[in-house]
Amino acid sequence: MKALVIGCGRVGSAIALQLEREGWEVTAVDEKEEALGRLGDNWAGGFVLGHGMDIQVLRDAGIEEADAVVVATDGDNTNIVIGQVAQERFDNQCVVVRVLDPARAEFYRKRGLRTVCPTSVAIDVLLDSVRACEVRPKEPAPS
Amino acid sequence: MYILIAGGGKVGANLARVLLAQGKHEVTLIEQRHDRFERLEHEFEHQVLIGDATEIFVLERAGIARPPDIVAALTGDDEDNLIICQLSKEKYGVQKVIARVNDPRNQAHFDLLGISPTVSATRGLMALIEHEVPEHDLVHLLELRKENLEIVEVQIDNGAPAAGKTVEKLDLPEGSRLISIMRNGRSEIAVGSTELQPGDQVLAILQPGKEDELRRVLLKS
Repeated sequence: MKALVIGCGRVGSAIALQLEREGWEVTAVDEKEEALGRLGDNWAGGFVLGHGMDIQVLRDAGIEEADAVVVATDGDNTNIVIGQVAQERFDNQCVVVRVLDPARAEFYRKRGLRTVCPTSVAIDVLLDSVRACEVRPKEPAPS
Repeated sequence: MYILIAGGGKVGANLARVLLAQGKHEVTLIEQRHDRFERLEHEFEHQVLIGDATEIFVLERAGIARPPDIVAALTGDDEDNLIICQLSKEKYGVQKVIARVNDPRNQAHFDLLGISPTVSATRGLMALIEHEVPEHDLVHLLELRKENLEIVEVQIDNGAPAAGKTVEKLDLPEGSRLISIMRNGRSEIAVGSTELQPGDQVLAILQPGKEDELRRVLLKS
């Protein structure tokens, strides 16, 4: 199976590496050449230098044959647009989009885009951690 | 009218200034950059807000829920302009949106997502250049995006296959029609019996993508 990972920063590169370990044929896309370095010396997958808004870059990276597309650049709006292009123009059935802003993530989720909001996840985890402390009310100081 | 403008650069600020000078509009301008915002605030006072216009709470503070009669997304970032227009239309029911396209290669994304009309300085300049430079034998005059039609102008030269033929004898491609013929400074509506002559300037309406077929019929043997 083929996966396309657009945006090869800290998040994108980790996803690309993990998918490859799980047997996917992965192509990463990033506009910075340094991003290739994040994939390590043994990277056997593909890498296309360019911006994910560029249709030709998406084609070169094999979006037409991709079974899954992960969009994780550092721009929410860029991700939302690329995600919609992958879904609506290239009819890709599995498009996962990183959106840091919870409000936009929710709006586009309702509209049918599979958005993942790391901010909401972080909020939940942090709240759970606070609750897990089992803090008892402080006893009043002896007078 | 209530007009919301996202992006306080040259384009957005000038538009706000012109609209306010007309004295009949209410305008809110949203600018993200602090340095720009401070300069704009001197001029526009409470009519300019600081913030990222792709953030829902910023849009709401600017009165998006009223909703505005028009939202103009004029930032220097095409993705931002797209999102601002989508949120305005689909979340808040804004009836009219106008988007600036900075990189003409992104036009396809605006079309795909149904954001129209769009304004692109590059596209406008190209249309003007095509109009001025004679080697472009077919000049795009107007794009009717919603209708999926465009109006073009062609000049019939000596030896063109269409010269000397009447309109009804032309094998025009499906999805195209001739509108008018301009000859010696006067124009007439093209009907079946209109005969094309060398030197005529012809206006045609057609579906995008039919240009080459039309060229073959009118211009090349």
